[in-house]
Amino acid sequence: MPPLVEVRGISKRFPGVRALDDVSLAVAPGEVLALIGENGAGKSTLLTILAGVQPPDAGELFVDGKPVRFRGVPDALAAGIALIHQELNLADNLDLAGNIFLGREPRRAGWLDLAAMHREAARWLAMVGLDLDPATPLSRLPIGHQQLVEIAKALSTQARLLIMDEPTSSLSARETETLFRVVKDLRGRGVSVIWISHRLGEVRELADRVVVLRDGRNAGEITDRGEIEHERMIRLMVGRDIDRLARRPSHPPGDVVLAASDLRTPAHPAHAISLEIKAGEIVGIAGLVGAGRTELLTTLFGITPAVAGSVAVSGRPVTPRTPIEAIRAGMALVPEDRKQEGLILEMAVRENVSLAALWPESRAGFIDAAAERRLAREMIAALGIRTPGDRQIVRFLSGGNQQKVVLAKWLAMQPKLLLLDEPTRGIDVGAKAEIYDLVHRLAGEGLAVLFVSSEMEEILSLSDRALVMHEGRLAGGLSRSELSEENVMRLAAGNGSGRMSA
Amino acid sequence: MSGQQGTSDRSPPAWRLLAGAVSPKIFGIIGLLAAVCLYTALASDNFLKVGNLENIVHRTALFGILSIGVAFVIITGGIDLSIGSVVCLVGVLLPWLLTTHGWSVLAAVGFVLSLGAVIGLVHGLLVTKLGLQPFVVTLCGLLVYRGVARGLTQDQSQGFGTGFKGLRSLATARFPVLGEGGFELPATTLIFLVIAVAAAVFLNRTVWGRYLLALGRNEQAARYSGIETGRMTLLAYVISSTLAAVGGMLFVLDINAAQPSDFGNFYELYAIAAAVLGGCSLRGGEGSILGLLVGSALMVVLSNMINLVHPRYQNVEFAIIGGVILAGVIADELVRRAARRRPAV
Repeated sequence: MPPLVEVRGISKRFPGVRALDDVSLAVAPGEVLALIGENGAGKSTLLTILAGVQPPDAGELFVDGKPVRFRGVPDALAAGIALIHQELNLADNLDLAGNIFLGREPRRAGWLDLAAMHREAARWLAMVGLDLDPATPLSRLPIGHQQLVEIAKALSTQARLLIMDEPTSSLSARETETLFRVVKDLRGRGVSVIWISHRLGEVRELADRVVVLRDGRNAGEITDRGEIEHERMIRLMVGRDIDRLARRPSHPPGDVVLAASDLRTPAHPAHAISLEIKAGEIVGIAGLVGAGRTELLTTLFGITPAVAGSVAVSGRPVTPRTPIEAIRAGMALVPEDRKQEGLILEMAVRENVSLAALWPESRAGFIDAAAERRLAREMIAALGIRTPGDRQIVRFLSGGNQQKVVLAKWLAMQPKLLLLDEPTRGIDVGAKAEIYDLVHRLAGEGLAVLFVSSEMEEILSLSDRALVMHEGRLAGGLSRSELSEENVMRLAAGNGSGRMSA
Repeated sequence: MSGQQGTSDRSPPAWRLLAGAVSPKIFGIIGLLAAVCLYTALASDNFLKVGNLENIVHRTALFGILSIGVAFVIITGGIDLSIGSVVCLVGVLLPWLLTTHGWSVLAAVGFVLSLGAVIGLVHGLLVTKLGLQPFVVTLCGLLVYRGVARGLTQDQSQGFGTGFKGLRSLATARFPVLGEGGFELPATTLIFLVIAVAAAVFLNRTVWGRYLLALGRNEQAARYSGIETGRMTLLAYVISSTLAAVGGMLFVLDINAAQPSDFGNFYELYAIAAAVLGGCSLRGGEGSILGLLVGSALMVVLSNMINLVHPRYQNVEFAIIGGVILAGVIADELVRRAARRRPAV
């Protein structure tokens, strides 16, 4: 039996980047194929080509063994290939039936045939395990169920191959379970699935076969279900071994760099927070979403000025009211939302890197173009930023490289205290490891680091010690020897008394 | 948008400085200008006459000064609708102060230019400190300054009569460059060129220019990077209104008559249109001085074309100019879309 869909030798270039280079892949009927790779490996480009969004520069596509050429998404749909985007494409002002048949509504004499529409919709909803009235407004459904509606919609177009791009990224654990059941059930009915995910655990559970892309090329394949395991997948994605949990030796802490006493943030004015960070220390702040961690950082950095309390950097009182005051005192903040707060996406790498250091590098206000270029190139080399050049527009870089540009911007002004808010959110495994290495190197050079993370693994592996916040207050501090998932969770949930070793 | 990646790392040549960050876009608008010029030259014998060319260069300079001003505000993502009324207020105040009130030239000129700066300061403070929308603030300015101008002068036309020849030569002087009877360069063009070069250097070579471009693209990230975005925005409004005052002064010195009810009417729209044609995005963060120059020239040549070739259609001049601008913007958007058709990798 020929593969349901096959691509051979696909290449695709964009200005300055070779997104895909001679990539081949085949999906058999009723197979769940996991497609993995770091950000920027070419996964997204490949699936847009499969779904007819854009044509490849070179290479061939086959459906049922016959060569095809998609001129647009309708062609791909007609061939039975449906792409389910990470962000759902549903209309939340319509009901379920209306969504499933959007644009293809059953009609009778020009009028909507609502009876037929609801009858058919119920059938497709049952197929994905949703026992709901098709007249239910979509907006009443939790996000996980909305995703199932999207799948039902795809199935109703007679899709034989579902391409799912990071389908679980916004689902709860239970919703993920349901989705897994549906996918397994579909596989039993002969529907094929290409599953794109960063979550290797779910790949292990679901995939019959794994195809790995790296730098736009086929990096390898795991064909035996039994051999699908973490280390092997990471090795193929990154091209080398990385030990994820290895803690580096911590550096002997130096003088106190940051001293905050009785600081009250506008978000949680009822709680006073005091903490000290020494040179060379890496301190993690753990806690649940909404515990006031980001607000603590933005208050330290002067974005949301403190209601009360004081901050000193290297013994000098500052208590910044604006980011400029914080920067002058030697602080730097890598914010949570790098696209909105960290980068000028439409500007070049060079201009982003120099933004915070422009003034000291200038002569009477005139930018020293040669110094700026040198700085950008030094930073690109020092941080291993993967970019075709220092004049590349930042928007075209992958997430991990964008984050390195944000870091470069701050390192260029040589801070004493580095505040990091979710430093590796949305960044692939390889870039994560590089950012951890970098943070350690910087701490070794005497930088004080305070970082917020929602990833337990990150808190456990990166911190020299951790602070845990709960509902706006410091619930406790954990020294390195006390650092464990259990201890962090206990404090984050608001019970148990950790030492107040902040 | 500038090229995706750099190949040349030598210091950019002078035209790159003027062109700023949007050089590819400029060729389209230069092409449009060339097409309109060619058409007019073929359709009318008068177009290439020395006097007409001088007039085009002269008027391009005057509107170009206004356009450079508003471009600074547009780059921050704002808008300035008050320019025409500032032109009017300054245009009637200058002769009024000099002739009716007998102020000295220095005092009167100093006053009207400072007035422009203060108006910009007020706009900027209302936008940055109070958080009002630029559109609303400057729309009110548009109404207020014209009202004040008409009130002060009781709607009487203001002029210099036969006096103040020396001051007026700022706008009326011509410098022969090709010998007797040849092309004479208007003084306004020299003033414009000085302002244009200064603006280009400021925008592309100084820290503040970079800050303006950065905050226009992403104000939050700029603020998080330690840029005093409020102060920079304020500066943009001051530049805009000050240049509007300079323009108003030159307009009245040139024409020698300012009727408060219609002097400078719609000039803000000419200036904004020229800026947009020249590559400024109303979303902010983009703009080049060379583009403004070409955009202003296009506005002037279009008007000249209607006068020379289709005098019967003078009533519909606005419609024609509007149509051409719309066509240009649509073409630009289509080109941009074609270029954007490359998804994230």
